[in-house]
Amino acid sequence: MPIRSIKGALKVLVLVAIFFAGVWSQSSGVIDEFLWYLPDVQYLMVQHIWLTVMSGSLAILFAIPLGIVLSRPKMANVAESLMQVLNVGTTIPTLAVLALSMSFLGIGTVPAVFGLFVATLLPITRNTYTGLKGVNPALMEAAAGIGMSPMQRLFKVELPNALYVIFAGMRTALTINVGTVPLAFLIGAGGLGELIFTGIDLYDPVMMLSGAIPTALLAIVVDALIAVIAFLVVPRGVNPGRT
Amino acid sequence: MIRLDSLTKVFDTPKGAVVAADHIDMEVPEGEICVLLGPSGCGKTTTLKMINRIVKPTAGKVFINGEDTTGLDTQTLRRNIGYVIQQIGLFPNMTIEENITIVPKLLGWDKAKYKARAREMMAMIALEPDAFLKRFPSELSGGQQQRIGVARALAADPPVMLMDEPFGAIDPINRAVIQDEFLKMQQELNKTIMFVSHDIDEAIKMGNRVAVFREGKLVQYSTPDDLLAAPKNAFVESFLGEDRALKRLNLVKVREIVTDEIGTVLPSDTLETALAKIDDYGYQNAILMVNERKQPAGIISRSVARTTKGYCRDHFQAVPAVVDLDDDLRKAASLMFAHDQTWLPCVNQEGTVCGQITQRAMTSHLGARYRARQGDDRKPSAAIKE
Repeated sequence: MPIRSIKGALKVLVLVAIFFAGVWSQSSGVIDEFLWYLPDVQYLMVQHIWLTVMSGSLAILFAIPLGIVLSRPKMANVAESLMQVLNVGTTIPTLAVLALSMSFLGIGTVPAVFGLFVATLLPITRNTYTGLKGVNPALMEAAAGIGMSPMQRLFKVELPNALYVIFAGMRTALTINVGTVPLAFLIGAGGLGELIFTGIDLYDPVMMLSGAIPTALLAIVVDALIAVIAFLVVPRGVNPGRT
Repeated sequence: MIRLDSLTKVFDTPKGAVVAADHIDMEVPEGEICVLLGPSGCGKTTTLKMINRIVKPTAGKVFINGEDTTGLDTQTLRRNIGYVIQQIGLFPNMTIEENITIVPKLLGWDKAKYKARAREMMAMIALEPDAFLKRFPSELSGGQQQRIGVARALAADPPVMLMDEPFGAIDPINRAVIQDEFLKMQQELNKTIMFVSHDIDEAIKMGNRVAVFREGKLVQYSTPDDLLAAPKNAFVESFLGEDRALKRLNLVKVREIVTDEIGTVLPSDTLETALAKIDDYGYQNAILMVNERKQPAGIISRSVARTTKGYCRDHFQAVPAVVDLDDDLRKAASLMFAHDQTWLPCVNQEGTVCGQITQRAMTSHLGARYRARQGDDRKPSAAIKE
């Protein structure tokens, strides 16, 4: 009982705090300042989303087949060393990757999409690879033993059973992608980074936050969206969310 | 029918070539269960898996129903062989129905036919179709899952089945139940089955024939009774265990060694008559009393008959136990030990007395084969060649 009443009191306190924060922001004119950036936010957000969608879907289209190919038994000799190369690749900071791609591809959208693509590729490839490698060997033996062809085994047994892990990889990768897009501003690709970095440079916290808050919200939305897709797409028997 | 013709597998390992199966020649007649038995690493699983090419043979041929399978394409071959593995291997992403119908689908059956087949299979393994078909493997117990595993293997009605320790991962109580169900199904289905096991009791229970392997070689291939009565060498003997004579008790039915002759008295007889009969038949302790319908009603003990006067109906004791003609000797022996008896009355299906079984008869039946074999040993090489 006492614990419950403490929790209740805390809730009330938080609500009161929010209320006064609202009162303060209205009276001090912060809200109006934020609203002043709304058209910019709208325009840059479209750019931001576009960068994420382009680089993200390219990465998915490339990473999943790559993961599948690496997980084939014939590739066993090369797969582990290639995964190591990719692992080393992720340790390179995204900013460095963007800088490198700029020095080859110039400035603008193309080098930014390429840099983001490289940064997103690895988590998806790795999860596809480990997800497929992690499929219970007994299932593979059963699938072979009842006479499925290698393709049937891949599409009917391996992929459905690895799908949850693959989706987890996409979730991580795309969330990181959304959070990395602001850096693309630095090589001239636009996006919400424009407000963030300009805000920092001008020492204008409202401008910076009107870039940072939508970026954070976007990351949360993307994460939730992929979670929902995973929930709907992963077969019920192997979906921890649906039992 | 499955015939193996010097089937050989050599594995190349860093330590050199290892012969996992060395020129295995054997034949399983149609409709029989052959159990491949042996310690781990003896080549029994390798031999089994060469039949459906999960393990690729180094040399030798496999014939199924007289046809050489070497020329068949691997997928076609496998779709016509039921395959059950110890880890069950149901696909967790598919419903029970999808799991069962997977081979019929691969073979291109039409939808109505494979749906009906799924229900038929569920009835065969005694699981309610409506309750289970739409569920997922993770929602079932281990025993239920392995029943589905068997149903999946049987769904396309293959003539031949391979089972790799199918009941190894199931708890002992459920295992016995599933084994019994499976044997009952097999009576109707009449499949030719190869079955790997490392459990001698399972082999004796399930197998029409047992093949004992050791270090890649087929050591002995015979019926369970022959195997237990006449193990070919010291290895087989030690593998079967010191109590192998007791294991034969499972294989012999009371019917085979029952003696029809049994002295009985009626409730209306006097105790004097009973005593006379006990002496006539040479019984040591007691005689059976039966009612008018020849059902066992009680026993009259010798001491009572000697010291008391009166009618049997007033001085009998309860019958300690009876055995059915279709019971196995293991049950008979167990009842004898439990009730401290040297004989038990036997009844037929209607419950009427039709003879008796004695400890003597049991021991002499079990000993007969063993004595015969010792006779063989004196003529050297007769037992080894064959």
